[in-house]
Amino acid sequence: MVRRGRLRKQIVVIGQKNKGMAEFQVRTMADCMAAGETPEVLFWVGCAGSFDDRAKKITKAIAKILHKANVSFAILGSEESCTGDPAKRAGNEFLFQMMAMQNIEVMNAYEVKKIVTGCPHCFNTLKNEYPALGGNYEVLHHTQLIQDLIAQGKLSVEGGEFKGKKITFHDPCYLGRGNGEYEAPRVLIQKLDAELVEMKRCKTNGLCCGAGGAQMFKEAEKGNKEVNVERTEDALAIQPAVIATGCPFCNTMMTDGIKLADQSHVIAVKDIAELIAEAAEL
Amino acid sequence: MIAQLIFIALLGVGGFLAYKRFLFVKRNILMGRDVAMEGNAADRWNTMFRVALGQGKMFTRPIAAIFHLFLYLGFVIINIEVVEIILDGILGQHRLFHGIGGVYNLLIGAFEILAFLVIVGCVVFLIRRNVMKIARFHWREMTKWPKSDANIILITEIALMSAFLKMNAAESILAAHGVEHYVNMGNLPISQWIVPFLQGFSDGALVAIERFCWWFHIIGILAFIVYLSYSKHLHILLAFPNTYYSKLHPAGQLSNMSNVTNEVKLMMDPSAQVVEDPLAPKKFGAKDVEDLTWVQLLNAYSCTECGRCTSVCPANQTGKLLSPRKIMMDTRDRMEEVGKCKDAGLEYSDKSLLGDYITFEELWACTSCNACTEACPVNINPLDIIIDLRRYLMMEESQSPESITTMLTNIENNGAPWAFAQADRGNWTKE
Ligand code: SF4
Ligand code: SF4
Repeated sequence: MVRRGRLRKQIVVIGQKNKGMAEFQVRTMADCMAAGETPEVLFWVGCAGSFDDRAKKITKAIAKILHKANVSFAILGSEESCTGDPAKRAGNEFLFQMMAMQNIEVMNAYEVKKIVTGCPHCFNTLKNEYPALGGNYEVLHHTQLIQDLIAQGKLSVEGGEFKGKKITFHDPCYLGRGNGEYEAPRVLIQKLDAELVEMKRCKTNGLCCGAGGAQMFKEAEKGNKEVNVERTEDALAIQPAVIATGCPFCNTMMTDGIKLADQSHVIAVKDIAELIAEAAEL
Repeated sequence: MIAQLIFIALLGVGGFLAYKRFLFVKRNILMGRDVAMEGNAADRWNTMFRVALGQGKMFTRPIAAIFHLFLYLGFVIINIEVVEIILDGILGQHRLFHGIGGVYNLLIGAFEILAFLVIVGCVVFLIRRNVMKIARFHWREMTKWPKSDANIILITEIALMSAFLKMNAAESILAAHGVEHYVNMGNLPISQWIVPFLQGFSDGALVAIERFCWWFHIIGILAFIVYLSYSKHLHILLAFPNTYYSKLHPAGQLSNMSNVTNEVKLMMDPSAQVVEDPLAPKKFGAKDVEDLTWVQLLNAYSCTECGRCTSVCPANQTGKLLSPRKIMMDTRDRMEEVGKCKDAGLEYSDKSLLGDYITFEELWACTSCNACTEACPVNINPLDIIIDLRRYLMMEESQSPESITTMLTNIENNGAPWAFAQADRGNWTKE
């Protein structure tokens, strides 16, 4: 992927049924506007979700789930820009606010009310940091929306291929500690009839994957270990069949870690959305 | 009479020294810039009751929490006894409150049990620090002074509590011997076990012991109050305001820089209406303690140096230089330095928090994961300071790791941290 050169080539894509996006057309807000429609939900795809090959699979899974549940949604497509999260965390508030204001202008023009994101960083930024700049929306992480859809009976999931499998959830910092959401992803794992197992550091005490705070885009500072290796060891200690993630960056970090530990043939790293989509054979 | 005068003089000196130090600390905290308080007071009180008074966050580590609770309760409750001691000292009385009857004996009994628990707690903590050498007490920033500071406090508390118990034991024997003034407090739960050791002494010697312990106890407490202000033990007072002023919004949310907002608005639309924020700082980000907010500086004085933050920090746990505890200790040390320079009329701008205390390498190891803020038992936020220092590096000094500069350029040009064309963002829908 896009991170450290050293790791780039090692990234493998875990085998996944990918039926492609041929079955339905994901519309943009511009398409909808031209057709005189106002979609209920804006699906904020994010940069990784748009460009990273691995993350695109997560994006597609989310889109398929939304489609399956008959959610009226659209994306911004080429009108979407980075939320500015890595810029803000790197200390470049100027760039952050420029990105934010542009995005807010676009979203307000489309009268966006509700947003679902495929990435906890986008989620946090849109939900918490945009209001001060004039962007007020109801923002949900995809695991929260999927949980809602199931609760409302708009989507049903059964275990499918994950029934009885040992699945652990790696809490993304910006979903868990950052915004206090620990339950939605776990509820979804339980819906799969899977055996939810916790790593020794989980929930409030979960260990970062190492990508946050703009670390994803740089070499780590000098130390004696990579953070993702340390985190992967937590997962290896409980030997799950799947490490479930809720963030494209965590996904990369954990995939790298599992690959480095030469365990990718036994442990899969998958986003919750992928698990749900696969179980529902979408 | 002479004893009364000496007592009052001591009280005066102790009070004066403590007062001076507290003014110094207060002035240092207020060196920070002002900041608007969000949210309502009810939520703030709530946080304070839960986290500081209720020790809510301590219990994620139950063993430390239980022994800390002994010290905490001991500290709060035994201070009721100090009121009596002070009144006795000033008025030349002995056990002034004994008149209230049987309740008095019960109270003293309860204090004794607490005093005993405090001693147990202190011994356990000394063992954890010095014998078991628990890792978080021995990291790089735990140099000689922070280590001795912790030990001095623990040993002093043991000494003070022992004096209190011995004083009661001596009193019991003297009362039994019918010596004037001394009061019968019944069978006291802890000091009765000390009584046998003192039985052999003459009444004169016992009076001397009792008086010595009494003076030792009160002088010790006065000295302790003064010492407190030089020490990480300031947390026993500042934990309360610190939790009260801690942030109410989600941990993931970083502050909005209103001075940037106005510039960006004008950049995007030169005719935009902007409202000047009276609290907006002049600089972009923080270089030194005066650029931080007073809440951040209060944070630094409230730090107990417990290292819970550092022990969960992903950067620190993988051998990087960053330690959130050190961020707080550095901020405090620099604040004290600037404060002293100000008092002496000396120049202090030859050094700064950024660079001389906290380095580029430390700042850039942070993943902004909020593990430190979650772990801190008194709601300190090291991440906030890290981000403000990064902001200064980035916006005032244009310093950042090379790959970060590339990433930012990409965002600026392509709307994504990588060099992909924005027009291709929707391509996945067709793949
Ligand atoms: S936010 Fe930064 S300093 Fe705090 S624990 Fe995470 S990496 Fe360490
Ligand atoms: S910042 Fe909080 S957790 Fe860290 S050492 Fe200080 S008191 Fe302990």
